[in-house]
Amino acid sequence: MSSSPSLTSRLKGRSELGVALLLGAAGVVVLVDALRLVTPYSQSDPVGPKTLPYIVAGLLIICSVLLALNVLRGGQGEAEGGEDVDLTHPADWKTVLPLLGAFVANILLIDWAGWVISGTVLFWGSAWALGSRHYVRDGLISVALSILTFYGFYLGLGIPLPAGLLKGVL
Amino acid sequence: MDVLSSLMDGFATALTPMNLLYAVIGVLLGSAVGVLPGLGPAMTIALLLPVTYVLEPTSAFIMFAGIYYGGMYGGSTTSILLNTPGESSSVVTAIEGNKMAKAGRAAQALATAAIGSFVAGTIGTALLAVCAPIVVEFAVSLGSPSYFAIMILALLAVTAVLGSSRLRGFASLGLGLAIGLVGMDSVTGQRRLTFGQPLLADGLDIVVVAVAIFAVGEALWVAAHMRRTPLQVIPVGRPWMGKQDWKRSWKPWLRGTAFGFPFGALPAGGAEIPTFLSYVTEKRLSKHPEEFGKGAIEGVAGPEAANNAAAAGTMTPLLALGLPTNATAAVMLAAFIQFGIQPGPQLFASEGPLVWALIASLFIGNFLLLLINLPLAPMWAKILQLPRPYLYAGILFFATLGAYSVNLQAFDLVLLLVLGALGFMMRRFGLPVLPLILGVILGPRIEGQLRKTLQLSAGDPAGLFSEPIAIGVYIIIAIILIFPFLMKLWRRNHPAPSLLSANATRGSEPTDVTRGNVTHASHRSDGSDGGDGGDAGDGDG
Repeated sequence: MSSSPSLTSRLKGRSELGVALLLGAAGVVVLVDALRLVTPYSQSDPVGPKTLPYIVAGLLIICSVLLALNVLRGGQGEAEGGEDVDLTHPADWKTVLPLLGAFVANILLIDWAGWVISGTVLFWGSAWALGSRHYVRDGLISVALSILTFYGFYLGLGIPLPAGLLKGVL
Repeated sequence: MDVLSSLMDGFATALTPMNLLYAVIGVLLGSAVGVLPGLGPAMTIALLLPVTYVLEPTSAFIMFAGIYYGGMYGGSTTSILLNTPGESSSVVTAIEGNKMAKAGRAAQALATAAIGSFVAGTIGTALLAVCAPIVVEFAVSLGSPSYFAIMILALLAVTAVLGSSRLRGFASLGLGLAIGLVGMDSVTGQRRLTFGQPLLADGLDIVVVAVAIFAVGEALWVAAHMRRTPLQVIPVGRPWMGKQDWKRSWKPWLRGTAFGFPFGALPAGGAEIPTFLSYVTEKRLSKHPEEFGKGAIEGVAGPEAANNAAAAGTMTPLLALGLPTNATAAVMLAAFIQFGIQPGPQLFASEGPLVWALIASLFIGNFLLLLINLPLAPMWAKILQLPRPYLYAGILFFATLGAYSVNLQAFDLVLLLVLGALGFMMRRFGLPVLPLILGVILGPRIEGQLRKTLQLSAGDPAGLFSEPIAIGVYIIIAIILIFPFLMKLWRRNHPAPSLLSANATRGSEPTDVTRGNVTHASHRSDGSDGGDGGDAGDGDG
């Protein structure tokens, strides 16, 4: 099929091939990882740790190939709907990227600055990314949620979330 | 052991003030998250898992029972008051329910849903109490070969029967099994797929995986396709029903229950098929068939009852066999494991009081739902108007909190993000979520049973077929796998006009393409049959 002149036109709008690629890559990773395992033959464990990885790798690679063929022949996965989902407009990366930014900021901040600060950043940033423009109200809600969960987890559940920079204050 | 006396003991445990409080919290929380878009019972239980470690397992499961039923009910409130169902199991309820609400009969639609859920849930739970011990009695005689076969059946059934594309279902299953492989091999202690990362040696925490796929994936997906014009929520007062409504509702409730429970109890049951069957039946039996499509109360009563009875049915294989058949049950299984409790036939013997308290609290939760939700319906309708930025920011906030609090390490948040991106991709390209979750949870258990089986037979593969039940299950599996190919063969011999035209447009590669077109056309037609893409199981609101 790759020899057909319409290859480029077929590839167009077939971003789902990326899924096939991902499946194939996952299959290869599982396979390579399984090959590396050493299995001394043992009477008590004839199956060994390699069998299931081989099966999984096979499943992933077969799915990868079949999905690629399916997509090239015009098959298409059905995007998931929902109450708040409107599939008529294309993916809005201007919302998703800042949202990811807020998430990553939280990961970077949580151990150093502590949950109260990183959680505030996360909530405020997410709300902003999702289109809320009530800066002050958002801020108050973020701080309140972070402090409440911090104390709730510490006092109620005995889970000490990191206090970070505010150690001593909280 | 007598069912009734065990159940009474269960009630005694569940009715202590503290446990009753947890049941109330569970029901309220479950209803709220069921009502709210983007959240579902599976995700809520996953999020609460780390929080519940400080509780007694009994209290935790009593709360989970409340969340489970509450979530089911909340989902139907949303689908009646908004026209877009969040859960695949409430698709059918939305058809008539929303029409009723638009015609000013929202109160009656909510009432018949609530009371129908109560009736079906109560009957379903009673059936669970009766059936589970019978299944257990049968299941204690099963050995590893049978368990291995049954779990394979559950995985394949969920993958191949539900959802619109089998291929995408298997892809999702493969990813889930691969995620389940990560970590130390339980027998030899070798590290698989850890890439030298010591933090991965214990495997991926199921809380992190579930929260990432359900919550983070959903939040990112909604963010990418946020509805610009907010949906109209139909205002509603206190639900009530007139005499006529009662008369038209009670039979559909009972019939819906009869459809729901058995399907829920089957390995690939789910709530989609019985709700649909119930709808079709009511339409045929109704004295007012002309009202269907315009807001017939039977079309809400039947499917809602079926939905809730299926929820009760799902608990049977979970408790008796340790076999989850929907996302919520899968997360509950993970919860059992995390509490160090092995679900399965031994559960009734070793953790009898817990199981019976759980069943009793299902009854109580059902009753509380009726008690709480009739007066609170207007409040749920208000919750629906929560500004979406706060809702999804809140989901991310609590997802982060839940995942972080398991091990208190930022590395889990990186995993959360990566798997969340996977969840986003799966929603974008129509890979169903349920096979992945079941793969993660059942994969290691399947491997364990496989190894035990071959250990007993000293490596002889014939050991897999050493139990009659196992052979029976393999026959069922073969039928499930072969059936679509038979259908395909049949379709090729009786080509539909649409297939002919599809072949005619692409005649360049005669032999091979003909086959390919049949394949893809069958995927497509399956897809359009499956409704609006709600193939993620009923846990994913």
